[in-house]
Amino acid sequence: MSDGTTDPKTVDAPKADDPRDQAKAADNVDKDGRMLSADGTPLKRSLARALRVQKMRALMLIAPLLIFVLVTFIAPIVDMLFRSVENQIVSNTLPRTVASLSDWDASQDGAPGEEVFENFYYDLFIAAEAKEHTRLGSRLNYEQTGLSSLFRGSGRSVDDVGEEQIDALEDLNEAWEDEAFWYELMTGGENSAPTAEPLDIQRGMLERLTGDNFSGDVGFLPGSAITRVLPRTVNQYAAFALFTVFADEDVVAEEEPWEAVKVALIQELQAGADLSEYDGPGAEELRAAQEMLADQPQIAFKDAFIEMDEDWGENANWRTIQTYSPELTEGYFLNAIDMQKGIDGAEPRPENQQIYIMLFQRTLFMSLVICGSCILLGYPVAYLLSNLPMRTANLLMILVLLPFWTSLLVRTSAWKVMLQQQGVINDVLVWLGLVDDFGRLVMINNQFGTIVAMTHILLPFMILPMYSVMSTIPPSYVRAARSLGATQWTAFWRVYFPQSVPGIGAGSILVFILAIGYYITPEIVGGTTGTFISNRIAYHISSSLNWGLAAALGTILLAAVLILYWAYDRIVGIDNVKLG
Amino acid sequence: MKLTTTLLASTAVAVSTAGAVTAQDMANSMTLVSWGGAYQNSQVKAYAEPYKEMNPDLEIVWDESSNEAVAKLRAMDEAGNVTWDVVDVVAADALRLCDEGLAMEIDPEEMLAEAPDGTSAEDDFGDMLVGDCFIPQIVYSTTFGYRTDMVPEGVEPPSEICDVFDLETYPGKRALEKRPINNMEWALLCDGVAKDEVYDVLATEEGQQQALDKLATIKDDVIWWSDGADTPQLLADGEVFMGSTYNGRLFSVIEEQGQPVAMMWDAQVFDLDGWIIPANLPEDRLARALDFIYFATDTQRLADQAKYISYGPARESSAPMVGQHADLGIDMAPHMPTDPENSKNTFLYNYEFWADYRDDIDAKFQSWLAG
Repeated sequence: MSDGTTDPKTVDAPKADDPRDQAKAADNVDKDGRMLSADGTPLKRSLARALRVQKMRALMLIAPLLIFVLVTFIAPIVDMLFRSVENQIVSNTLPRTVASLSDWDASQDGAPGEEVFENFYYDLFIAAEAKEHTRLGSRLNYEQTGLSSLFRGSGRSVDDVGEEQIDALEDLNEAWEDEAFWYELMTGGENSAPTAEPLDIQRGMLERLTGDNFSGDVGFLPGSAITRVLPRTVNQYAAFALFTVFADEDVVAEEEPWEAVKVALIQELQAGADLSEYDGPGAEELRAAQEMLADQPQIAFKDAFIEMDEDWGENANWRTIQTYSPELTEGYFLNAIDMQKGIDGAEPRPENQQIYIMLFQRTLFMSLVICGSCILLGYPVAYLLSNLPMRTANLLMILVLLPFWTSLLVRTSAWKVMLQQQGVINDVLVWLGLVDDFGRLVMINNQFGTIVAMTHILLPFMILPMYSVMSTIPPSYVRAARSLGATQWTAFWRVYFPQSVPGIGAGSILVFILAIGYYITPEIVGGTTGTFISNRIAYHISSSLNWGLAAALGTILLAAVLILYWAYDRIVGIDNVKLG
Repeated sequence: MKLTTTLLASTAVAVSTAGAVTAQDMANSMTLVSWGGAYQNSQVKAYAEPYKEMNPDLEIVWDESSNEAVAKLRAMDEAGNVTWDVVDVVAADALRLCDEGLAMEIDPEEMLAEAPDGTSAEDDFGDMLVGDCFIPQIVYSTTFGYRTDMVPEGVEPPSEICDVFDLETYPGKRALEKRPINNMEWALLCDGVAKDEVYDVLATEEGQQQALDKLATIKDDVIWWSDGADTPQLLADGEVFMGSTYNGRLFSVIEEQGQPVAMMWDAQVFDLDGWIIPANLPEDRLARALDFIYFATDTQRLADQAKYISYGPARESSAPMVGQHADLGIDMAPHMPTDPENSKNTFLYNYEFWADYRDDIDAKFQSWLAG
């Protein structure tokens, strides 16, 4: 303001074609003919600056609301919708397995080879320690029945793998059960050059696995000499060290390493790790162990897992893990339209599991019916309201609004009392003799019940916009039509009705969009034939915990509404909608 | 696994050795989550009020969210702000929460009280300890009740589970829960499958179809309920002839409201309800939660709860101490699902089976229902 640019006198530049201002304007023009403001800057620029300041101020004023809506409404919705494709859990929990499964040919019979099982052992071991394996089991159980208990059970017995060889190792020398010996072996003693690489690798994997923070002082740095000789063992020990320090809050040097470290050591020694150059701490024990292990059988991971549970030998289980290993999946969306991922891409689900397409159709159809019955019932009421004297109209308005102020559950339950077979309506019909006592009408727990209850509940949303539009239609138009000879019907149909259409449009959009997402009323009075897609969404959110599928169903529903809105705009025109 | 249990155990030892921890180390506010209604009321009377008397400074907040506990806990956990301290859930939900890493693992030996005769908590609860996170509280059953005044003349009242499927002898509507669990088992049982083979059969496609086909014979006469209060209401209104629900709800319809309804205990399905403690609670709140659990699941407390509701205590040592209803003054023992007279033919909810098959069979069941 201080620079005077927003001063209305300077902003409202004199118009050149106005003869009265022409003389004045001549003083404010530079040599190129551009108009200047009072302080000598070109008028165009100072005008733009003034507008920008105004825009900024307007933005600042709505900023609190904008930020509020973004943070509390848009962001959670986007986050929820993103779950419909998100699938990081498989590759985060089983990173090594997923990598080695990528070149397994699933069309072959049986389970993958030893290498996959070996990687799977190390993945499952750390996942079971972090208790993440059961989460993965629940996730994969949505796709392949039985994987939930397979993972749960295997997590319990995964530390038995290689038991025989570990016992032999510990029988050979008690040092292999001694935490201090292990710590010295892995750090490489006092004079060794440390390397941080194994720690960094394992830290990344653990953070992806658990979602927790593993950075900070571990109190352990692997020796580079031992890392060169026994890389896998050192890596496993590093994972153990990180987990001990950050998850269990213990000291590494005081804990005996877990089985996976020993299994890695046995594997590497049996595979012929070259110890000839190694002279760090524990060199002798390592050589003795290697010699002894030469006579021991190799650890057979595949056999061990199949012995744990024969389902690990099933092709279908491994195929599921492979199919769902990418970080993004279209599986939830396929499921939401009654399809599934098969060997050669998408295929329809078995017929006895198909339900969602039918529910989408039913939801759209019933919402349309409800919307239509709201129009039929609401139009006369709104017409009456807008044509009665003010005092009576207000009284009637309260009657329209009264149910609006009653709890949704109360209204729905009231319909139950009215419509059920021993209910008020049936009782009256039997009393009147219109219906036999054994032939009482079934009016609830089906589509009819849902339509009746929802029409009643949504009726005010139709009446109110209609009323506000109708009350602005001047009565003189109809009178004029009548005086020009139109019949009552023609005057209504040709003059009044077209003017009330924007109210119908607004009410229809409100009712239809509310109906499409309705959940409580269909749940209570819908039975089996009157439930909506939202009831399945609620089931997957709160009961089956399959949030990915719920998100996919929700996304499709949202897209359907947006498409219908677009179509409505093209056909009727959104400018024709008036809320008042 | 070893390492975490050590950690848990050390916390638990600190808490359970009475007096070792002073009240200052415990949070003085605690949020308990339960089901509301008569059941929560029994918990308030039997557990919370005596506990509050011992800890006058403690503020106990009740949240009636057990119905959606699994989803809400998951949402809270993702938001990093778990506000619940002790949550009442059914055993199947406890298993799910445990699998999701949302519930804390418990060690019954360390965290729960011994029976008065010195039996360890682990033996006293026995088979009721389902999964690694669940602290059992009561045994309830899902069973049938029927309107005594709707039994056709000259016919014995229904007494067997298969009477539910017999529309000729017992015409009228039935109320069944809108989910496959229990219904599929009952259907197979009445389709000639032996009791100990039910789950083997149900694990196969043909078995699932067989169960659905059996249910199809009465489908037109079934009202499907999804809320435990539905069947009592439907029975009281005379909308249905017979219906399944939780035995405590039927007790209330029969004994408290005096409706012409009778129990049919045959093939009742036992299920468990109990506590879980959310994972990763801050230390002071965890100490409080463990202290409360230790108190609220001891032999006397579990027996006390049966004064207010007809669910059986989960401890063996509590059974002989079950007395009379606090208001009605009737003996509660004959109304317990675990009473020998009532439990001649029973099922135990198969948690492992349903954890695996729930999603698959539910998809088929819902598709069948809607079709």
